[in-house]
Amino acid sequence: MPEGKEKKDRGWTEVHSEECKGCGLCIEACPVCGMHLSDKLNGRGYHFGEYQGHGCTGCGVCFYACPEPGAITVFKN
Amino acid sequence: MYAQTFQRPRSFYGQFDRKPGDHLTTHYCPGCGHGNIHKIVAEAIDDFGAQDRTVFVSPVGCSVFAYYYFDVGNLQVAHGRAPAVATAVKRALPDSLVISYQGDGDLAAIGGNEILHAANRGEDITVIFVNNAIYGMTGGQMAPTSLIGMKTTTTPMGRVVANDGFPVRVAELLSTLEGPTYIERVALYDNKTRAKARKAIRKALQNQIEGRGFSLVEVLSPCPTGWGVTPVDSLKWIEENMLPNFPLGVFKDKSAEREHRTHRRQAIAIQDVPGILGLNGNAGNERSAGILAGGPRTSCPPNVDYRLKIAGFGGQGLLFLGRLLAEAGMRQNLHVSWLPSYGPEMRGGTANCHVNISTTEIGSPLVSAPTVLIAMNKPSLDKFENEVVGGGLIIYDSSLIDHPPARSDVEVIALPATEMADKIGSAKSANMVALGALIGKTNMLDKDALLHVVRSMTKKVALLDLNLRAVESGFEFARANAAEESLWGV
Repeated sequence: MPEGKEKKDRGWTEVHSEECKGCGLCIEACPVCGMHLSDKLNGRGYHFGEYQGHGCTGCGVCFYACPEPGAITVFKN
Repeated sequence: MYAQTFQRPRSFYGQFDRKPGDHLTTHYCPGCGHGNIHKIVAEAIDDFGAQDRTVFVSPVGCSVFAYYYFDVGNLQVAHGRAPAVATAVKRALPDSLVISYQGDGDLAAIGGNEILHAANRGEDITVIFVNNAIYGMTGGQMAPTSLIGMKTTTTPMGRVVANDGFPVRVAELLSTLEGPTYIERVALYDNKTRAKARKAIRKALQNQIEGRGFSLVEVLSPCPTGWGVTPVDSLKWIEENMLPNFPLGVFKDKSAEREHRTHRRQAIAIQDVPGILGLNGNAGNERSAGILAGGPRTSCPPNVDYRLKIAGFGGQGLLFLGRLLAEAGMRQNLHVSWLPSYGPEMRGGTANCHVNISTTEIGSPLVSAPTVLIAMNKPSLDKFENEVVGGGLIIYDSSLIDHPPARSDVEVIALPATEMADKIGSAKSANMVALGALIGKTNMLDKDALLHVVRSMTKKVALLDLNLRAVESGFEFARANAAEESLWGV
C-alpha cells in the first residue's frame, strides 16, 4: 500500500500474486508501461505480474484486461 | 488518500470451490476471455444492485462451471438449452435478471434452434454469446464459427467451405428477426474494445431490468490454448483473423422503442380449465358432471376392461369413433387410452385405433388382443379377426363386407352400418352407427353421457343431428338384435 509515501501518484495497482496466471495481458494493456512479469514464480509456477511502483494513473485498464476476478486491485488517489 | 476503485466485484464468491487447494483462481486457462466477461457481468450485477434477483444460466462448454464463481442464483443446463431454461425462469420469476451465458459450440451449434426461437419470441432475457471460433472445453474442435482455413483438431488441414460450410454470423443472423431488441458484437483485444464490450453488456442487462425484451451481446473472445498462441498473441489473432469475418458493431437496437412487455398472456388458472374444456357440467349433463367429480357411474357395469380395436378405411371416421369412446369413458371416471395408427393418406388408406377403457389403470395403450373388434372394411376384418380373444365381440359392417367372420368362439354382430347411415342421410355416419351398436350391445358406457360427448366433439354443426340419429339407430339395432337372440334362444 502506498500510504505514507511522500510523493503520491494518481493511482496505485496491487497484483495479488497467488491469483495471477502470468498471461501478461495487464502488461500489454497498461498505458504507462507500469507492469512487468516478476522473475519470481508464484505458488502455482507462474511468473506473476507486478506493478513497478510508480507511474500509475488509476485508469483501471489492467483491471479489465486481467481475466482473473480478483488478481488486480486498482487504487485511486 | 488512496481508495479502492477497481476491485473484485462482490457478485463473485469470496472463494471458489472448483479446484482443491486453489480457491482463488478460476479454472480458465491463462489469457482466456471468459474471465474478463465474468468480471464485466459481475461488476454490472453489483452496480445494478441485482445480486439477489439474478439467475445465471451456465451452458455446457468451458463456462459450465460459472456457478462456482457467481454468487447469484445459478442453473447449469443441458447443452444448448440455456435460452429455453432462461425463458422459463424469466416467465416464472418476471422480476429476476436472467442471464443466458453461452459459448459458440453451445449457442451456434447444438443450441442454434433454441436461441433462434428465444430471440424470435423476444424473450425478456440477456444472452452473452462468447465466440472464440472453436470448441475450447473438448480440446479445440471446429465450431460453426471457426474461420475458413482454420486448423482445429477436426479440421487438421484447415476448414474447407466445400466440406464444412462458412462461419456462422450469429449477430447478423438474429438481427434479421423482428423479436430481438438489442444485438451487438464486441471484442476483447485491446483497451478500447474491452471498454466497448463492458458498455454493451451493461446495456444488455439494463434493457432487461427495464423490461425491454431480448438482448444479445456477441463477444469475440480469446482462446489462446485452442488457437495455439500466447495470451498476448491471441489479442492480435482476434484483430487479424476474426474481425474480417465478424465485424464489430450494433446490428439491432430497438431499446428506446420497446416498452415493458405487460401484454404477455398469463397462463390460465388451473381451476378454470374444466370450465374451458366444457367439463363443468351444464343443463342436460348434470349426471356426467357428477361422475366427473367422482360420483357413482350408473346404468353401466361396475367393472369394465374393454380393449378395442377399431379398423377400416381412412376417412370413415374410425379414429374419431375411438376418441369419442375414450372421451366418454374419461368423463365417466374410467381409465382410458387412445392410440391411433394410420398411413400418410387422409382418405382411402387404412386406419385403425386402439382404445382401452378400464376401471383399473392401463399399462400399455397398445391393444394386441382386443376384446372388441369393429371392422368397417374387408381387409380390416381379415387382418384382425384372429386377434380377438375367445368370447370377444366382433362388429363388422355387413354393407361392405360380404362374408362373416370365420370365428365361432366369439360373438358377432353383422351391422349394415353404411346402409343404415345412408338411409338416415349420409353414409359418412356409419362410424356413429357402429358406435351406437357397440353401446347397445355391451352397455359399456352410459348412452346419455356418450351423446353429450358426441355433441361436444362433433365439429361440423350440420352433421350433429345426423350423428346423433346414427348413434340412436345403431343402438336400437343392437338392442333389437339382442332381443331377437334371447327370443330365439340363440
